[in-house]
Amino acid sequence: MSTQHSRSAARLMMAPAVIVLLAWMLVPLTMTLWFSFKNYLPLRGGDLGWTGFDNYARFVTSSAFWPSVYATLVIVGGVLVITIFFGVLLALLLDQPFWGQGVVRILVIAPFFVMPTVSALVWKNMFMDPVNGLFAHLWRFFGAEPVSWLSEAPLFSIILIVSWQWLPFATLILLTATQSLDSEQLEAAEMDGAPPLKRFWHIILPHLSRAITVVLLIQTIFLLAIFAEIFVTTQGSFGTRTLTYLIYQRVLESQNVGLGSAGGVYAIILANIVAIFLMRIVGKNLDT
Amino acid sequence: MGRITLDKVVKRFGDVEVIPPLDLTIEDGEFTVFVGPSGCGKSTLLRLIAGLEDVSAGEIRIDGKPATDLPPAKRGLAMVFQSYALYPHMTVRKNIAFPMKMAGLSQEEQDARIKKAADALNLTDYLDRRPGQLSGGQRQRVAIGRAIVREPAAFLFDEPLSNLDAALRVGMRLEISELHERLKTTMIYVTHDQVEAMTMADKIVVLRAGIVEQVGSPLELYKNPRNLFVAGFIGSPKMNLIDGERAKAHDATHIGIRPEHLKIVESGGTFTGKVLVSEHLGSDTFFHVKVDGLDEPMTVRAGGEVNMRHGDTIHLEPVSEHLHRFGPDGLRIA
Repeated sequence: MSTQHSRSAARLMMAPAVIVLLAWMLVPLTMTLWFSFKNYLPLRGGDLGWTGFDNYARFVTSSAFWPSVYATLVIVGGVLVITIFFGVLLALLLDQPFWGQGVVRILVIAPFFVMPTVSALVWKNMFMDPVNGLFAHLWRFFGAEPVSWLSEAPLFSIILIVSWQWLPFATLILLTATQSLDSEQLEAAEMDGAPPLKRFWHIILPHLSRAITVVLLIQTIFLLAIFAEIFVTTQGSFGTRTLTYLIYQRVLESQNVGLGSAGGVYAIILANIVAIFLMRIVGKNLDT
Repeated sequence: MGRITLDKVVKRFGDVEVIPPLDLTIEDGEFTVFVGPSGCGKSTLLRLIAGLEDVSAGEIRIDGKPATDLPPAKRGLAMVFQSYALYPHMTVRKNIAFPMKMAGLSQEEQDARIKKAADALNLTDYLDRRPGQLSGGQRQRVAIGRAIVREPAAFLFDEPLSNLDAALRVGMRLEISELHERLKTTMIYVTHDQVEAMTMADKIVVLRAGIVEQVGSPLELYKNPRNLFVAGFIGSPKMNLIDGERAKAHDATHIGIRPEHLKIVESGGTFTGKVLVSEHLGSDTFFHVKVDGLDEPMTVRAGGEVNMRHGDTIHLEPVSEHLHRFGPDGLRIA
C-alpha cells in the first residue's frame, strides 16, 4: 500500500542524514573510548597495548585535574552571569524607542560575527596589553599603574573576552522575548500600583524566564568547549587551564592520546551532568 | 465616591489633535458608556482618565481633587483591559492579590478580600489555576476580580467583551450590570458595540473623532438623537435616513424613520418598493426593501407572523409623530 511505500521511501530519504550524523558522532566517540583504554604514545613507541582503567585513574589523580574543573566552572559561570545580567539590561534598553534604533541593534549583534581567535587577539593586544593596550593608557591617564591583565587577573580577563562575544547572543534572544511582552500587562501592573522596579521583578523577569533558561542552556553547551580564547591568550597558564584545554595538552603537548581520551570521556560525563541539571530547571520553567 | 470631571481636556499625538477640548462629568455611581466607531478616541479618553496617557491640556478631577498629574496608581481607579492583561505566571489567587500586595495590605485583609471577590465572581474553584488554564469568560472574571479587590473609586472597562464569543458576551454583559447594581460604584465602559451601550448604560457618551456628539440616557439618545450621526449610530437595525425630495416635503434635508415606525399598509403609502431580503427572527421579521428613487434599501420591522418573500411588492407608511427631521447642518429640527 501507499503508506508502506511512503514509509520505506521516507526511511530511504532520511538515511543519508542519519548515517552522516551517526558517523559524525559515533565514530569519534568509539575511537575516544577505544584509545582511552590504551597506552598510546605516538612519538614514544606508539601503541603499547591495553591498560584497563589506568588512564582514567591517572587523569583524575593528576594535580592538574581539579584546578581545571574549577577553572572551567568559574569561566562558564562567570560568563553566564555577566551575559545574562547585561543581556537583560541591554534588551530592556534596546526595546525603548530611540533615534537610530535599527543601526544600534545591528551594531550590538556585531561582536557575535567576530571569530573567537580574532576577538581574543584583539582583546589581548589592543585592550589588555600592559604597555600599549587601551586599558593601560586609560590607567596611566588617571595616574594608576597599568594592570597586566592576563597574568594578574587571568580568569577574569578570559571571562571578559568570552562575555563580550556571547553578550550579543543573550541580548538578541532576550530582546525578542522582551518585545513579545503584552504592553497591557505592564499597564495593568502600573495601575495596580507597581513602581518600575517591581514591574520589572514581578512582570518582566518572569516573562523573560523562559528565554533566560534557553540562553543558559545553549551558552553552557558552547562555553564548556571554549578553547581558542585560552590558546591565544594565556596558553593555559595562570590557572586558566580548563578541562578542554587540559585534554588538548595531554594529547598534543604530552603526546599521550590514551590519557587525553580518558579526559575526553570525563568531559562528556561532566557536560551531561550539567545538561541534566539544566534540563531539570528548564523543564520546570517550560511546563507552564 | 467617584465623580470624575473632565475640564477642557485635550490630547495631541505630535501634531494630530486626537481629542479637541472636551468637557464631561461622570456622576458618582453612574454607569457611563463611551461609544463610537473605531478610531473615535474613546479608548484614548479612557486611558487619559486612567492616567496611562498624559493630557496635553486641560484638567481631570476625581471627586473634586485635581488628578491630572497623578500617576495611574494614585488615582484610585481600576481598569479591566481588552486582553484581560492577566499575569500569566501567577495563579488566579496571586493575580487578584497583586494590587493588594503592591499596596502593602495585611495577609488577613488580602485573604478576606480574595475570598469575597472569588465568591462574588464564582472563582473559588479556580483560585490555584493559572490564567492559561481558564476559559475566556473565566479570565474576564479574574480581571474583574483583580479590579474589585482594590475597592476603587471607579472601574474602567476597555472593550472587555470583544474577545468573547456571542453567547458568553450576553452573559458577561448581565454579570457586569449586576455587579454595578451591587457595588454602586462609578463605571466607565468603552465599546464600539451600541447594543452593549444601550443595554448597560445609565448614560451614553457618543463620540466621533474625539468630539462628544451627544450625552444622555439610552432612551433619550434613541428617541431624540441630536444629529444625523447619533441617529445613524444608535439603534439596531439602523434608522432609515432619507434625503432629497422626500425630505424636503417635511422641510428638512434629511428625515429619519426607525424600522419599527414604518407600518405595512395594503396599498398606497408613502414608500412603495420590493422586498430584497426578509430576516425571520421568530419574534420579529426585518424586511430590507428597495424603494423606487432611494439608493439605500429601507429596513422595516414587522411582527413575526408577517410573511413576505423576495420580490413581493410592499407599501410602507411612516408613523408621523416618530419622524425625525434634520437640517442642512445635520442637527435635529425640533
